[in-house]
Amino acid sequence: MTSLLEYYRRIPASWRSLVILSLILLVVFPLLLTSFRLNLVGKYLCFAYVSLGLVLAWGYGGILSLGQGVFFGLGGYCMAMFLKLEASDLQSTAIQSTPGIPDFMDWNQLTALPWFWEPFHNLFFTLLAILVIPTFCAYVLSLAMFKRRVGGVYFAIITQAVALILSTLIIGQQGYTGGVNGITDLKTLEGWDIRTDSAKTVLYFVCSGLLILCVMVSRFILNSKLGLLLVAMRDKEERVRFSGYSVADLKVFVFCVAALFSAIGGALFTLQVGFMSPSFVGIVPSVEMVIFAAVGGRLSLVGALYGSLMVNFGKTYFSEAFPELWLYLMGSLFIGIVMFFPNGMAGLFESGGREPLKTLWRRLIHMRHHNRPSLQMDQEPADSSLESRSGG
Amino acid sequence: MSKQNFLLAVEGLTVSFDGFKAVDDVSLYIDPGEVRVIIGPNGAGKTTLLDLISGKTRASAGSIEFKGIELTLLKEHQIVREGLARKFQTPSIYEDLTVYQNLEVSFPRGRGVFGSLFFRRTPDVEEAVHRVAEEIRLTDSLSLQAGLLSHGQKQWLEIGMLLMQDADLLMLDEPVAGMSVKERQQTAELLQRISRNRSVLVIEHDMEFVRAIAHKVTVLHQGKVLVEGSMDRVQSDPRVIEAYLGH
Repeated sequence: MTSLLEYYRRIPASWRSLVILSLILLVVFPLLLTSFRLNLVGKYLCFAYVSLGLVLAWGYGGILSLGQGVFFGLGGYCMAMFLKLEASDLQSTAIQSTPGIPDFMDWNQLTALPWFWEPFHNLFFTLLAILVIPTFCAYVLSLAMFKRRVGGVYFAIITQAVALILSTLIIGQQGYTGGVNGITDLKTLEGWDIRTDSAKTVLYFVCSGLLILCVMVSRFILNSKLGLLLVAMRDKEERVRFSGYSVADLKVFVFCVAALFSAIGGALFTLQVGFMSPSFVGIVPSVEMVIFAAVGGRLSLVGALYGSLMVNFGKTYFSEAFPELWLYLMGSLFIGIVMFFPNGMAGLFESGGREPLKTLWRRLIHMRHHNRPSLQMDQEPADSSLESRSGG
Repeated sequence: MSKQNFLLAVEGLTVSFDGFKAVDDVSLYIDPGEVRVIIGPNGAGKTTLLDLISGKTRASAGSIEFKGIELTLLKEHQIVREGLARKFQTPSIYEDLTVYQNLEVSFPRGRGVFGSLFFRRTPDVEEAVHRVAEEIRLTDSLSLQAGLLSHGQKQWLEIGMLLMQDADLLMLDEPVAGMSVKERQQTAELLQRISRNRSVLVIEHDMEFVRAIAHKVTVLHQGKVLVEGSMDRVQSDPRVIEAYLGH
């Protein structure tokens, strides 16, 4: 035990949290959990990719996106399209009126594969599409917004609208997208059966490994001058602009990185869960993703990651125990966290619990005196827009 | 003298907000190395003039030429990159960063997305930060969080951030507002030192301070240039006295 501590001390302080995280993900969980539970953790970790992106964009860049489900979904759908085509070979679809196309297309009287499905026969194209398509969409959307200096709550509302539009589009275009059911019955990846326990374990390690890589990329960004500029921008955007930086370009970059991470998470989600549906694209899942980051701590990369795990565990538990109430519980959790612990669990942890409890105490006193909560937070507009959504 | 010899040549500059002309046909020429002070009663259009030059507000008419480059077509950050730096009226610094980081971020290299991503703290950056910190009397506070500085120190830090930019023209909007007498004096000395190799355009109300630094004074009144000349000439001009007393 002492030698373990000795090893721990030898790790540079700035790397400790990452080392502990890697140990938990790559050693502790695989040793302790059954393959069913491990797959569940893998699924939760996919949302951690989104949280990680939100730490960069929202926590540091001050850009609140309520539409990260869009990029999660785009990544997930790209993967699902490939897997669906592989699962729809001529033999297994022989009973359809048009064999060789995905079953839901056949049910919707489509007689040929739509043109935009064609390239997804190719795995290399698919992997590229997972990375490029969501990032490109994020680029176009954020460029249009940030060049016009649309920011804050307006940007949040627009991303929410995009989430609604995309999920409505997917549901409406059933013949092309699988509609509200999504793309299901995914079986193999280049002949490798992803439904077996061993495949799920491999995918779990891929998911964890890539996540750790993404944490390292995020750390690199935050430790660079760009990281400083993000903090500077959140504080005095005009000053950054008048120091010779294009604020819009910096925001577009960080938003695209967040979208890219979300897309990777989405693709891994499809692989591990075996389907993708609009229920991971719309407003409610997008807001949930923000909750994961807020609970974990929007200024802490690993914090957001633990937040995703914990809230998802909680969600699984609550939705089983109180199916009617869980959305309200989630909403209250979010409002509570943002009001009393703006830096989430990571903030609680870093200060040994003292500072946030003091804040909580002050706020409660304040409420008694003024009979209404004070909402003086730097992300104030975002909070008020969320309250109306928290009921689902 | 042709227009090319001026560092900054503003001609016929006009901006109107819903028909109200905040700046009306203003012309202004600044020499290299000159310290120019703009004074005028409230609402004369002083800050609007700086907004126009720095690109924060778009001109309705007129031209702004800086080192022979037309600025009215450029975006704010492009104007800054041409060598024109601006300080805001209220101290505008990054409170969450340290004094060192505030200065470092202002260093004129790695201003693009990928440039800033791969920016390294090379010896020339450190040298520049320490030189500027010395200039603005903040050497001892380099590792301090900037939000903890006093008001006067924040003003200096922002001036320091402009010095880091290595600009040819500094535009300062009320740099001594809220400063003590001693701080004002120190700021005047600072401005005299930094104007040796660059031009400075200052908006200020404090007449003693203006007298200490100005090579030339321009009086704005109701969006127009009323008088321009030395401090003594301007102060004794009946139109100036009229403008100040009349409001």
